[in-house]
This record gives sequence, structure tokens and C-alpha cells, in this order.
Amino acid sequence: MNNKIKNVLTSNEMIVAYIIIGLSILIGCVNSAFFGVSTLVSLSRSMLVMLIFAVCEMVVIISGGIDVSFPAVACISLYATIRFMLASGIDSPLFAFAMAAVIGISFGAFNAFLICKMKIPPLIATLGVSSVANGGTLAFLGTKEISNIPEHVDKLSQIFIFTYTNAGGIKYSLTVLFLIPVIVCIGAYIILKYTMLGRGIYAIGGDKNAARIAGFNVTKIQFIIYMTVGCFAGIGGMTYMILMRQASPQVLMGSEMMVIAAVVMGGARITGGHGSVFGTILGVGLITLVQNNLIMLGVPTHFQTLVVGLIIVIGISITSLRAKKIANSAKV
Amino acid sequence: MEMNEVFLKLEGIKKSFGGVEALKGVDLEIKKGEIHCLAGENGCGKSTLIKVISGAHDATEGNIYIEGKKIEHLNPIDAIRLGIQVIYQDFAVFPNLTVAENIAMNRALMTGAKKMDWKKARELAVMAMEQIGAHMNPDILVERLSVANKQMVAICRAIINDAKLLILDEPTTALTAKEVDKLNIIIRRLKAKGIAIVIVNHKLDEIYGIADKLTILRNGENVANGGIEEFDRTRFIKDLTGRDIVETTYRPEKSTEEILRVERFTRNGAFEDVSFVLNKGDVLGITGLLGSGRSEIGDALFGLAPAESGKVFLNEKEISIKSIEDAMNHKIGYVPEDRLTQGLFLDRSIQDNTVAASISKYLIKGKLDHAKMYEVTKEWIKKIGCIAPSPNPDIRTLSGGNAQKMVIAKWLNTEPKLLVLNGPTVGVDVGSKSDIHMILHDLVKAGVGIIIISDDLSELIQNCNKIMIMKNGKASGMLEAATLNETELTHLLSGKKEDNNE
Ligand SMILES: Nc1ncnc2c1ncn2[C@@H]1O[C@H](COP(=O)(O)OP(=O)(O)OP(=O)(O)O)[C@@H](O)[C@H]1O
Ligand SMILES: [Mg+2]
Repeated sequence: MNNKIKNVLTSNEMIVAYIIIGLSILIGCVNSAFFGVSTLVSLSRSMLVMLIFAVCEMVVIISGGIDVSFPAVACISLYATIRFMLASGIDSPLFAFAMAAVIGISFGAFNAFLICKMKIPPLIATLGVSSVANGGTLAFLGTKEISNIPEHVDKLSQIFIFTYTNAGGIKYSLTVLFLIPVIVCIGAYIILKYTMLGRGIYAIGGDKNAARIAGFNVTKIQFIIYMTVGCFAGIGGMTYMILMRQASPQVLMGSEMMVIAAVVMGGARITGGHGSVFGTILGVGLITLVQNNLIMLGVPTHFQTLVVGLIIVIGISITSLRAKKIANSAKV
Repeated sequence: MEMNEVFLKLEGIKKSFGGVEALKGVDLEIKKGEIHCLAGENGCGKSTLIKVISGAHDATEGNIYIEGKKIEHLNPIDAIRLGIQVIYQDFAVFPNLTVAENIAMNRALMTGAKKMDWKKARELAVMAMEQIGAHMNPDILVERLSVANKQMVAICRAIINDAKLLILDEPTTALTAKEVDKLNIIIRRLKAKGIAIVIVNHKLDEIYGIADKLTILRNGENVANGGIEEFDRTRFIKDLTGRDIVETTYRPEKSTEEILRVERFTRNGAFEDVSFVLNKGDVLGITGLLGSGRSEIGDALFGLAPAESGKVFLNEKEISIKSIEDAMNHKIGYVPEDRLTQGLFLDRSIQDNTVAASISKYLIKGKLDHAKMYEVTKEWIKKIGCIAPSPNPDIRTLSGGNAQKMVIAKWLNTEPKLLVLNGPTVGVDVGSKSDIHMILHDLVKAGVGIIIISDDLSELIQNCNKIMIMKNGKASGMLEAATLNETELTHLLSGKKEDNNE
């Protein structure tokens, strides 16, 4: 029993939690206003889209794969959808999300096809699909930023779950879109933990061949994974557009590294088979915290990328050292 | 259920991998309620045949009939639904999942469950472990288990399902006599229920102890088949290997030149106060039950899990072993117990694996001498009797026993001063086993210190002149192998003779 508590306290998730707490105290010392509802609200808003992507990426990584195509897929989904809606005069949030999701799913299926049927390594396959999606956007859809979002869709960004007014009269509002990552997290948690599909995802990541001969339909599971991830890449892209209130075809490009870093820091092993929703939330939380608040600690802007990088390197080193330690430790 | 009814019939099964023909037209008939032993040298195609039956491999040619019905195409899940359960030679367990989940997985897949029931998984696991006498925390991850316990997990998950055919591919490689007995009881109980059993094993004594029928393969073809009573030891070995094997006993000349001295070696929870001396010409055998600390001594001498206190003298100079690097710098070699996770890089070529521990020898002016590495690997393949087309293929494609031979070759190639071998001939066929023993004896003559950790008692008595028994982390005194026979050693091991104070 004692051992159990010790294991929990020294788990990857908890290490990230300790770093978050330490950093928060540090920031709080410099700026006492840090501890407040306002910080929580703005953090939630900042991590919203990244969290959607990160949970999806985590599922892919657990299955022993990797997906670097989601930013490009998100971009093409949101941009193609908005262009189509403007051209055809459709103005419905539901349609916007549905169309983005469908575009995302088709790119996800493309990924899965390359990986399962053509046996291309996931990194190469998704890198290729990323280029196709990004290139396709620029070639066929243009590069123009669009800010005349259809009215009903745009209005979503002005619907709030709650609004908090601080002593100085400044309003902090939490957008209703925050419900999307909440649902994604809860859904992912339940599927991963309590369904055979979820356990199959872990099994494939642990040993693909063992999973196959145990009777899992590996191809089917991989198709489900990449298509679902594509779907949420589309939805995530649409969410981002509504939050920013403008559509541009390249905005999310390059965010994959940060997302993968957050996932790995949250305890997912890049070699597959390990990872948890809770850890990923913490990983995303930590990176968002650092990105948003370094300025308060007096770190000059152009140093911030460096500091974020260092924190990622340290976080990931801890994770992989722990994995190595387990591999070399005495067996029971 | 009607006994003597044929459950499985194979006709002319062929299987090739690229250019390599692993099976060249094998026939096999398995009846219900029969324990059928599949025997043959390493690389003769036993595991390949099993994987054809379980749907893991597609046969290139041939027919499969299950309960009289011809099966056109067999997927793993189809085979499972038809009642075929397999304990694979490499276990095929999931390192990242818990013991309970691993054990319950097969059942869930067999019944096509959609939900994961953690409570039921734990109950199933506890029940299965009770049957085989395993003691593991059901919530621990399998990657943290010893080989023996991983093997137990693989056994557990196969036996709890109501199979019609249970196939065991070398199920006892990591187990000691005690667990083997328990497994045999389970197998006999299943047999009585009319379940067909196929078992692969290289230990002849164990085969004689359990099998009804015997099929011998050589080089992908049937060579003999019949009731076990038709095969005496000589015929068995002759049919297996195509040659006569003389089992020699190693008895060295006495020497007082010391190679290794270990004093008061201790690691908490593993072993305590272990001391011994290894002189030139000595082969020391260490044995003990599972969890007795015998493997841990090997791990400590190689710095895998270093000792916390005690002294080690190599060639009369005190050395400190705190890490694998330390051990390798002092020219200590270690053939580990778990070849799959500790001994080999499975996705690298045979050549890369063979030179992995001695790579500096081939580094000339910052460049690797590939031609030399190729030659050396080729020589080892020949010398150690490994069945491989060339040094190039991934080591993963080798049969289990052949991969084990290459682990030994890898360490022999480092030209060690002290070589510790933990279960060196696990899964190696009788013929190659005696070849490997011969190589070890030559090394000893050349002044290399050799320690063999094993639970193969006849191997120890034949190849060691000194034997040390571990019990609950403590060492017995040094026994002279010449004064022991296998029965005595078994008694000493299980402690039936002297101590009842446990
Ligand atoms: N995936 C593969 N690719 C290429 N060759 C393979 C593959 N699997 C097996 N082989 C070859 O097929 C032959 C038979 O291998 P198999 O594993 O069936 O032997 P085995 O009888 O089980 O031997 P052992 O007693 O050592 O376990 C070997 O020569 C092996 O190298
Ligand atoms: Mg085999």
C-alpha cells in the first residue's frame, strides 16, 4: 500500500504537477495577481485548441505512431469550410463544424491508408499528408486572410460559460468553446480506459505483432485512430478560427512540435504504449503557463522560446530517464 | 466428448519467408485428449508450424482441417474462436499492460467483449495464478517482470480459456522443476477434459514426463512420428539430430591460480553475504529456485543491478562493479536471462548483434571495418551452429534457439576474462547444446573464468566442477559436482532433506 502511494507520488504526471506548482509559486511571488480566477480563465482559453490536438496526438503516440499532419489538416479544414460557406451563403455553426470534421476525417483516412496499407512509417506518411494539405490549401484556396466570418458562426465566440469581473472592473469570460476540449478529454479517458478499443490502442503500442496474433484487428484500429484524429483536427481548426475571429490558411502550421512536446512531457512514451489524458492535460498546462507568463518573470521576449525549449528538454529527459531506469531495474 | 477424434489435421504445409523455405510440406494430426510433442532442432520449423495453425502466418501451400472441416483462410481471431490457444515461444505479452490485463486479454478477445472490465480481469488473473502457483501483483506492469514471471503470464492467459487445442511452444524455458510440475498437472487435467495439447520442448526428460505422441521435424520436413513409447533416448536423439551425441562430463585438473573471488556480496532483498572463489579451470554452477537470488548474482557481477556491499577480486586485484561499463572494462561478459529484452537488438541484423559488445575491436581510425565484422559473424554462425542464411537478416527472423546461440556468440566475441552465463542453453536443441558446452570447456582451458547460472541440473552436473545452491538469497557452501547426482541435487534444491525451518 505504501508502495502504491509512493508510485503515484513519483509518477510522471506528478512530476509535471510539481513543476507547475513550483513555477506558479515563482510567478505568484513576482506578481501576486497571478493567483486568481482571471489567470485560470485566460489559461483555459489559451490552452483550449492545443488541448484538443494534444489529446488526439497522445492517442496516436500511445498506439505507437505519430501524426505531424494535424496542423495542416486543421488549416485546410477551417479554410476550405469558410471559403465554401462564404461562397454558398450558408451560415450555420453546425454545418461549419460538420464540414471541417468531414474534411479532417478524409485526410485521416489518407494517413491511415498510407500507414496501414502502404506500410509507410507514420512520421513520413503524415509529413507527406501535411505537405499535401498545406500545399493544396495554398494552391487551390489562396492565401488571403478572411475576417468576414458568417454571423452565426462568429457569434459563438461571444457566448460564455461564465464571466468574472475583477476588482479593477476588467472582465474575464470563459468561452463556451471550452466545452469541446472538456468533452474530448472525458471521451478519450473513457474510451482508453474502459473499452476494448482503447485497450487495443495500448496493446498495439506495446507490441504490434503481439496485438495482431492476440486477435486485435490492427488495421481497423489504426484506421479508427487516424480518422478520429483527423476529425478532431478539423474541429480544432474550426474552434481556433472562431476564437480568433478570422481564418487564415497557415496559422496553425508549426504547432505540432509544441503539441508533441506537451504529450511526451505528460508521460506518454514516444516509443508507444504509455500515456494518460491527465498527464497530457498537465503537459499542455505547463507549456501554456510558461508561454503566457514568462514575461512576468522578467524573461525578455526573445529569450522565451529558449526557455520553453529548455523546459521541454528537461521534462522529456526526466520521462525518458525514468523509462530507461525501469528497463534496467531489477525485475520482480 | 468423443476422444480419439481428430481435432486438427495438416496436409503438406509449406511456408517460405522470401527465399527461405521454413516448412517443406509438413503433415500433422492431433487428436482430442492427446498430448502431442513436436520436436526438432533449432530452426527446423516448429514455431513456424504453430504460427500457421494459429493464423499468425499464412501457409504458402497446404490444407488445414479443423474438426474435419477444411479451413480456407485462418486469421488469428478465427483460430481463437475455433478454440485454439497458444503460448508463444517469445510469450507475445504486452509489456506496457498490467499482469491482470494481460491474463484477461485473451478471454475478452475470444468472447468479443466491447467493454473492459477491470474487476473481472483481476479476478481471472488471481484465479489463473493460483492454478499455476504464481505470485505476482496483478496491478504491476509486465515490463517489470522477470522472464520466468512473463512466461507465467503467458501460460496463465492461455489456460483459463476453454480451449479445444492448447499449443505450448517451449513453455518451461524459464521455469524450475516446481513450476513445471504444476504445469504438468494442469496439462493432464486439460487432457482429461478431452482438450488436444501440442507441446514443444527441448528438454527430453520433460517430454518423456508428459507426452503421449511424438512428431519429429528436421529441416522443415517430417522425419518420425509415433507413440512416445516407441522412442528410447538413443533413437530420439538420433532422429532429432541425425547424429549420435556423446554427453561428456567436465572434470578439470586442480589449480590454485585464482580468477575470481567474491566476498560478502550483498544486495538488499536479492542476496546476502555471498562468498565464493573461482580458480583457473573451474566452472562454477549456481542454481536455486525462482526468486532465490541466483540470477541477481549474475546481474550484480555485470553491474546491471550492482551489489550494495561486498568485495570482488578479479585475478587477485580488487575491482568495483557499479555499472555495466565497469564490468565491460574489466572484461566481464554476461549472457543475460532474457534474450528478448536484454540480450539482443531485435530489429538489427545478426551481424550488428554479434559485434555489438565488441565494436571497438573493429574501429580502425574512426572507421568501422565492415568486411571484418561480416567475416567474424559468419565464423560465429558456423562455429555455434546457428541456422542463418547470412549475417545480414534481422535477428528477429532467427528461430528462438538460434537467436540464443547468437547471444552467446556476441559475448564470446568480446574475449572475456570472466563469462557469466545465465541460462545459456535455454531453448537450444540437444545437439547444439553439447557443441556449446564444448566451446565453453575450451575457453576454460584457455584460462577464462566461467559461471553458469541454470536450473538445468544435468547441464550443471555435466559441465561444472563446483556447484553453489542459492536459497532465499543465501548461498550454500560449495559442492563438488563429482560427488553429486541429479536426484541428490534436486533434493538439496527443494530443501527436502535438511531444513524444515522455512
Ligand atoms: N519472419 C521470418 N522471416 C524470415 N525467416 C524466418 C521468419 N520466421 C522464421 N524464419 C526462419 O524459418 C526457420 C524456422 O524457424 P522456427 O522459428 O519455426 O524454428 P523452430 O523450430 O521453432 O526453432 P527453435 O527450436 O529454435 O525455436 C528458421 O530458419 C528461421 O530463420
Ligand atoms: Mg521455436
